[in-house]
Amino acid sequence: MNSAASSPLHIALIGNPNCGKTALFNRLTGSRQKVANYAGVTVERKEGALRLPSGRLVRVLDLPGAYSLNAASPDEAITRDVCLGARADERRPDLLVCVVDATNLRLHLRFVLELAQLGLPMLVSLNMMDAAGRRGILIDREKLQALLGIPVVETIAIRKDGAGALLAALDNNLPAPPAPLPSETDLHGAVQGLLAAAVTVPRRTAEIDDALDRWVLHPVIGMLILSAVMFLMFQAVFSWAGPFQDAIETSVAAGGNFLSAHLPVGMLRSLLVDGVIAGVGSVLIFLPQILLLFLFILCLEESGYLPRAAFLLDRAMLASGLSGRAFIPLLSSFACAIPGIMATRSIQHPRDRLLTIMVAPLMTCSARLPVYALLIGAFIPDRTVLGLVGLQGLVLFALYLVGILTALLVAWIVKRFGSGHVDTALLMELPSWRLPNPRDIFIGLVERASIFIKRVGGIILALSVLLWFLASFPAPPADWHGTAIEYSFAGHIGRAMQVVFAPIGFNWQICVALIPGLAAREVAVSAMATVYAISGGGDAAAAQLAPVIAAQWSLGTGLALLAWYIYAPQCLSTLAVIRRETGSWRMVAISLAYLFALAWVAAFIAFHLGGMLSGVIAGAGSS
Amino acid sequence: MNLSLLKRGAHAIVEAVESSHASDAIAQRLRELGFVQGEPVSVVAFGPLGADTIAVQVGFTRFALRRSEAARVRVSLQIA
Repeated sequence: MNSAASSPLHIALIGNPNCGKTALFNRLTGSRQKVANYAGVTVERKEGALRLPSGRLVRVLDLPGAYSLNAASPDEAITRDVCLGARADERRPDLLVCVVDATNLRLHLRFVLELAQLGLPMLVSLNMMDAAGRRGILIDREKLQALLGIPVVETIAIRKDGAGALLAALDNNLPAPPAPLPSETDLHGAVQGLLAAAVTVPRRTAEIDDALDRWVLHPVIGMLILSAVMFLMFQAVFSWAGPFQDAIETSVAAGGNFLSAHLPVGMLRSLLVDGVIAGVGSVLIFLPQILLLFLFILCLEESGYLPRAAFLLDRAMLASGLSGRAFIPLLSSFACAIPGIMATRSIQHPRDRLLTIMVAPLMTCSARLPVYALLIGAFIPDRTVLGLVGLQGLVLFALYLVGILTALLVAWIVKRFGSGHVDTALLMELPSWRLPNPRDIFIGLVERASIFIKRVGGIILALSVLLWFLASFPAPPADWHGTAIEYSFAGHIGRAMQVVFAPIGFNWQICVALIPGLAAREVAVSAMATVYAISGGGDAAAAQLAPVIAAQWSLGTGLALLAWYIYAPQCLSTLAVIRRETGSWRMVAISLAYLFALAWVAAFIAFHLGGMLSGVIAGAGSS
Repeated sequence: MNLSLLKRGAHAIVEAVESSHASDAIAQRLRELGFVQGEPVSVVAFGPLGADTIAVQVGFTRFALRRSEAARVRVSLQIA
């Protein structure tokens, strides 16, 4: 028996995609997870820790899912290299825990046999035993164990005590590595033999898969379902988050009022109320919407729907030069371009991957949501169209749609005028449908919320303070006739930028707010809150921004800013990820340049359209 | 015949995967995923816009393939 005093055990979870490895990893390590990157590549490295019943510490590495050691993507290359001990910065695991889907041993056991050739100690974890039970699949665990020469345990990762057998097995001494098969063995044939001896399967497919896929994969009805799901997502994000946002708004306003009441008028009070609270508060208000969006995406991912959506969209996307596999990275980009761009590692062909990376920022990321919500709230009337659909939600959906259509157009242009043809593979597994597991969704959401709050706490706070400083100093002399902020650094910078931005209707306040918006998109809202709060004389005005700009800006300006933000050059963090993924500053520069150009042109068009609309509305109102 | 010509709902048996060129990684991956001799295979659905994408069931797994990928798989129809 290994004592608690001995060194930690290093194990790696390995398996085909869709074996429930992530759920098992969550079950084993809970919140003790660390996510980083493998050096030199943009493959995610997930490590966690756990304590065995005996007290021994175990370090768990969650390797990227792979179908075989014949790597077909950077992900799979990492898995292969770590198993072979070929990475200098990563030690070879002491033990491989092969996670297999008990409902699909026909596919998953092949990889186990392939791994057995490596000469490493191994354990097999038969996961999803609950689903296997429901489908009437009978597995003789002991027989399988004897035939494989590898210890086999049963796990149900989504149950609270579902990893008990695995933990107990880890507490034993390391098993001897399995005897390797002769090198020319037909692995599939060997798996057939194992299944014939140890497994009974009543039917090849799950009833639920047949029933659902009949509609979801249907060429017409499937597309309707997809459109409905997307539309529901956007409507919900704009409508359901309401009560939570009101709660946050009230707290923020209360905080501001409290400070105003208890601090003497002066720099400190101005800094805290007009800088910090106005800035940070106006962005926190949008946390519920962002979380709701992520909730939808996580549920779609966990349920098994996303590859089916990729199946439906592949042909259309291919016409634009994108692959169906780009759907998942692009969908993730709706939440945040950073994980979206990192997800492009699943696209094998480098040119295809590059194109998806360049186009990902056009998928309206959640950081733009605060800006959209603010502007829609200020300029789009809260009416119902056809008695069914909120106009505001519809406009939001339209904004997203424009981003998507532009992305398809850009991809098409690149394909048309680019060189060579792209020979990519779709070849995607459509996993069995399953109910999203609340615990895994929750862990995913918490991860997302903490990233967002760190950004708010970190970059946005720093920038809010910086902007407050720029907007407060130098203070104007007593005989200054304009507002204080016009005299400050911020005012000067804003007016200087007007050369470029006046034609699209941006006043200097917007120009000033755009600069910190480069660091983090949400900051544009907090920057404007700070700028207007200061101009307005210091009341806690974070939640009052919408009526202020509705009163002071023209419709053209509001629409121009909306249009600008569909394309606006992305935040510094995204640029950093693009640099890492593509390894090229040129790509970063191209990305910045083409997005700036698109944004400027779109804002120009919107500004003048808005001007015409105002004229029409004014004319109609006066008749 | 090859898999890309199979009608929806028809059942067939895989005979072999043919590489379309030397070191055809797609063909290799198809074999690893279970498109091997004797495996039952059927078409579950065709994608919209010209049926260029095919959802197939091979063994116990469902995959989405393009026509060009499915064309590498030689099958023989099962006389049911």
